[in-house]
Amino acid sequence: MRDKLLKSVGMALFVLSSFAFIALTFFVNINFDNKDLSDLIEPKHQFFANEVSTLKPAPPVWMVSDLSNAFDNYAQSIEKQNGISDKKLEGIAEKLASDPSNYNEEFIEQNFDDSFVQDRLKENTGWMIGRTWNSYEEFEKNFREKVVDVNRSVVTEYGIGSDQSDNLIPKLMKVGAAEWLKTGLIAWLIFGLGVLGGVLYALPLSFKHKGIHNDHIFHNKSQTRHYPAIIVFICLVGFYIVLYQFPAYLTNQIVLLKPLAEKLAGTASDRWFLYGFLYTISMATMGFKMMLKYRGNQYQQVRTLSVIFFQVAFAFTLPQIMTAFQMPAYDLKSAWPLEYTFFFDYRVDQYLNEGTLGIFLFGWGIALFAIGVPLLTYFYGKRWYCSWVCGCGGLAETVGDPYRHLSDKRLTAWQIERWLVHSVLVFAVFMTVWVAYTTFTGTSELLGLSSYSVRSVYGFAIGFVFAGAVGTGFYPVMGNRVWCRFGCPLAAYLGLVQRFKSRFRITTNGGQCISCGNCSTYCEMGIDVRWYAQRGQNIVRSSCVGCGVCSAVCPRGVLKLENKAEEGRINDDPILIGREGATLNL
Amino acid sequence: MSRSRKVVIIGNGIAGITTAKHLRKNDSEAEITVISAESKYFFSRTALMYVYMGHMKFKNIKPYEDWFWKKNRIELVFDYVNDVNPAGKTLKLKSGDSLNYDELVIATGSRPRFYGWPGQDLDGVQGLVSLQDLENLERRTPPPLSGNKARMRAIIVGGGLIGVELSEMLQTRGIPVTMLVRENTFWGSVLTGDEGKRIGDHLLSHGVDLRLNTELKEIKGENGKVKSVITTSGEELPCDLVGITTGVRPNIEFLESTGIECDKGILVNENLQTGIDSIYAVGDCAQIREPREGRRPVEPVWYVGRMMGEVLGQRLAGKSISYLPGPWFNSAKFYDIEYMVYGNVKPKPDSEQTHFFHELGENKFITVAYHPETELFQGINSFGIRLRHPYFDKALREKKKVGEVIARIEKANFDPEFYKKWPSDFKKAFEKETNIKLPQSLLKKLISS
Repeated sequence: MRDKLLKSVGMALFVLSSFAFIALTFFVNINFDNKDLSDLIEPKHQFFANEVSTLKPAPPVWMVSDLSNAFDNYAQSIEKQNGISDKKLEGIAEKLASDPSNYNEEFIEQNFDDSFVQDRLKENTGWMIGRTWNSYEEFEKNFREKVVDVNRSVVTEYGIGSDQSDNLIPKLMKVGAAEWLKTGLIAWLIFGLGVLGGVLYALPLSFKHKGIHNDHIFHNKSQTRHYPAIIVFICLVGFYIVLYQFPAYLTNQIVLLKPLAEKLAGTASDRWFLYGFLYTISMATMGFKMMLKYRGNQYQQVRTLSVIFFQVAFAFTLPQIMTAFQMPAYDLKSAWPLEYTFFFDYRVDQYLNEGTLGIFLFGWGIALFAIGVPLLTYFYGKRWYCSWVCGCGGLAETVGDPYRHLSDKRLTAWQIERWLVHSVLVFAVFMTVWVAYTTFTGTSELLGLSSYSVRSVYGFAIGFVFAGAVGTGFYPVMGNRVWCRFGCPLAAYLGLVQRFKSRFRITTNGGQCISCGNCSTYCEMGIDVRWYAQRGQNIVRSSCVGCGVCSAVCPRGVLKLENKAEEGRINDDPILIGREGATLNL
Repeated sequence: MSRSRKVVIIGNGIAGITTAKHLRKNDSEAEITVISAESKYFFSRTALMYVYMGHMKFKNIKPYEDWFWKKNRIELVFDYVNDVNPAGKTLKLKSGDSLNYDELVIATGSRPRFYGWPGQDLDGVQGLVSLQDLENLERRTPPPLSGNKARMRAIIVGGGLIGVELSEMLQTRGIPVTMLVRENTFWGSVLTGDEGKRIGDHLLSHGVDLRLNTELKEIKGENGKVKSVITTSGEELPCDLVGITTGVRPNIEFLESTGIECDKGILVNENLQTGIDSIYAVGDCAQIREPREGRRPVEPVWYVGRMMGEVLGQRLAGKSISYLPGPWFNSAKFYDIEYMVYGNVKPKPDSEQTHFFHELGENKFITVAYHPETELFQGINSFGIRLRHPYFDKALREKKKVGEVIARIEKANFDPEFYKKWPSDFKKAFEKETNIKLPQSLLKKLISS
C-alpha cells in the first residue's frame, strides 16, 4: 500500500513537472513591450526595434515565427530602400537592351547612386563587364541572379542579415521572456518537483530486502516497448531535435536557470546550460534510484557514485567555474574522439591564446587519449572510462538502467555493431585529420575536400543524430547503450585496447553456470554473456563496459570482473570443471 | 555408399542437448535427431522461475538462437515417444510416426515426486519442473501486477531448492505462502542445523509461513478443486494451490516393457550405456550402477546432466572417454542468499566429519567440513558469499588438509570488487576455534622472522 502510494505520488509529480516544462513553450508568453532591446539591436535599427516592441505577446511556439517574420519584413523594407528594385531593373533593361556589352564600371557608377551598391556590383558582376552576349536575355538572366546577391549584402549592410537574425532570435526571445520565470522560483518548482517525484518513486526500493529484484520488468509496459515507452521515446527524440535544431522554442526553459548560470559562470543561461543541468539532475536522481536498487552490491554503489561525481563536478560545475574565471571552459574528462571538436581551429586557438593554462589543457587532452586511454585500459579495462567516468555512459547507467534489458542479443546485432562502431571510429579519425590540417596550416581544403564540410557532416550525423537523438532518445526502444555500442568512436578505440592488450576480463566460475540467461538479458551492451559462461569460458569482449550487472544478477555467483595477469585471460577451448577431462576408458 | 549413422536423443533438456552438441562438435557426419514433447527448442529449466516473475521472457531463457539447430544440423522433433523397440531399433511416436535409430540416447529427465497423498490428483496440485508445470501455474494464479484480488493462498509441501523458488514466484503475484517442512530445520536433509536455521529465518523475513516438523497428510477438494490441506498435526489449512516440491523421480514409465533395465532410474555403467549396447541414458533419468566415492547413483541436478551429456556426446563420436565425475559441487539461491557447495558437507558432524561454522555478517556464513583426525578437507558450504570453483575442486582432488585450504582462502574469494573482505577474520576465527595452525606462506615467514 505504502509502496504503491509513494510510487504513484512520485510518478504524478514527475509527470506534472514534465508537463509544466513542456507547457512553457506553448502557454507562457514572450512579450517585448517595455523591454530594453538596445543591447541586441543597434540604434540605427530603431525602426526594427520598435516593430519588435509592438509584437503581440505570444508563447515561444508562435513567437519564433513572428520574430522571424519581423526580420523578413525589415529586410524587405531595407531592400526596397537601399537595394536594387524591380523598377530599377526595368530601367537598366531599357538602357542595355540594344547592347548589353555596354555594361561596365562607368555604367554602374552612372546608374546606381549608392556607393555600397556600386562596390558590390563591381565585385559581383565584374566578370560580366566587356563580355559579348548572345542576347540581352542571356545578360539579364545572369545579372538578375547577381542582383539577388547584391540585395542580400545590402540587407546585411544597412539592415540585419539572415545570419545575424538567426543568431538574434534566441537572444531576443530571452529578453522577451517573462521576468517571473527568471527569478529561480519557477526553476525550483519545476525541477524540484521532478526530482522529488523521482526520489519518491525510487524510495520503496529502500524498504525491500537487500539484493536485486528484477520482478515484473518484462511485465511492465513502460519497459517493454509498449505505449508508455513509445511516449517517452517520442519526448526524448523530440527534445533532442528541438535542442539542437530549434533552440529558440526552449527560451522559457532556458531563462529559468538564469540565476544559477549567473552565479556559477557569471554568464547568461543558454541551451547547453539547460541541457547540462537537466542531464546532471536526471543522472543524480536516477543514480539515487540505481543505488537503492543495487543495495548490497558495493561495486554498483561505488561505480554509481563515481559517474554522478564526474558529471556533477567535471562535466557541469568545473567548466562553469572556469568560465567565471575567464578561462576556457573545459571538461577535463572528455577525451577525443568522443570529444570530436578537440582539434577544431577555434578550440585550438582558444587554448593557445590562453597562456600556460591553455597549453596545459591542450596537452592534457592529448595525453588523455594518447597515454591515459591505453594505459588505464590495460590495467582496468575500458570500464575505467565507459562506466565510471564518461558522461554518456553515466546517463546510460542511471537514467538508462531501467531499459538495459532491451539491447539486442542476437549474433546479427553483434555483426552490425562491429561494422558500425569501427566505421564511426574511422570516420572520426578521417574527420580529425582534415580538421587538424586546417587548424595547423590555415588551409581549409585537403585533397579537394573542405574540412569545414567534413566536420559539419560529422557534427550533424554523429554528434547530433547518432549520439544525441538516437543515443539517448532510443533508450526506451533499443536499450540504454545504443550510442556506446554502435556509435561511440572512443568506445571502439577503448575496445580495441581491451580486446587485445588488457588485464581485464570477466571470470567464469568453473562449472557453476546454469544457462539461465539473466546475465545476457541484463547486459546493456547486448553481449551474450551466457554463451561464454556456460562453456566455462572467460568473457573478453571489446564492447564490455564493465558495468558489473551480469555479475550482480547472476543467481549462482558465476561471474566476477577482474584485473589479473594476462596469462589465461582468453581461454578459447575451456574444459568445464567437475569431471575428469582426460580420456579414461576402463 | 553406407548411409550415415543415425543418433536419436529423447529429451531436449540440458543432458540431451549437451549430448547432441558434443556429438556434432566431434562428428560432422552423424545424423542427429532430438525429440521432445515439452518444447521444440532447448531452454534452461532452472530459469523457468524468472519467466514467471518477469525477469525474463521465454525467449531469453533459450541459450541458443533458433537458427543454431539448423546450422548445426540437429533435427528437432516436437513429439512424444510412446514406445521403444530395441530389437528393431525403432521408436513409436504419439503422432503415429515411427523413427529408426542406430544409437538411442534417453534423456527424459524427471518429474515431481508425489507420495500418494489422498487428493493429490485434484486440480490445483502441481509441481514445478516442466514448461507445462509453469503454464499450469500461470493459468492457476492471477496475472502479474494485477494484485491478488481473489485472495488466493498457496501451500508448498517440502522445503528444498524448488520449494523456495516456487515460494518466491508466488509471492511476486501477491499470493501468501505456507511451507510445510518435514525436518526441524529448513532442508534438514542437506544443510546443517546452523545453516537451516538461518535460511529458515530468512524465509520468515520474506513473509513465508514456515511450518517445521510438519508433513502433508491429505489434500481436500471441492468440485474437483483444491480447498484445503490437512497436516500430520491434524491442522486444516485452507488453500487454492498446493505446490509439491518433495523431490523428483526419473521419467522412465514408457520403458516398462522394453527390456531396458531400470531401478529408480535407467541403469547405466560408466560409459552411460544401458544393458542394451546401442542405448544410452543421461541426466536425471539415469542411475549409475556403481557410483564413485562421494557420489550418489541418481543425481538430478543441472550440472550432472551437462557433464554426462559432454561425455556421451564425445563417446558417441568415437572418443574413449567415460563419465568420471569429480568432487561434488552445486549451487542455489534462497531468496537473497546465494548458496554454493564444494565437496561433501554432511547435515550433521560425525566421527568421520568435523564442522567449523562461522558467520561473516548478515546473511553471510560458511561451514567447513574436515576429517577430525586426518584433517583432510572434505567440503565447504557457503552462503551469501561467492567462492571460486577451481580452488576447491583442486583442493579436493589433491586431498589437501583443511589448514592448507583455509590458509589461502583469500584466493578463493569470488565476491565482486569493493565487497568487504572476509578472509582474514575468517582465518583468525578458524585458528582460534579449531586449534588448527594455518601454515604460513614463505613470504610471511620471512617477514615475521
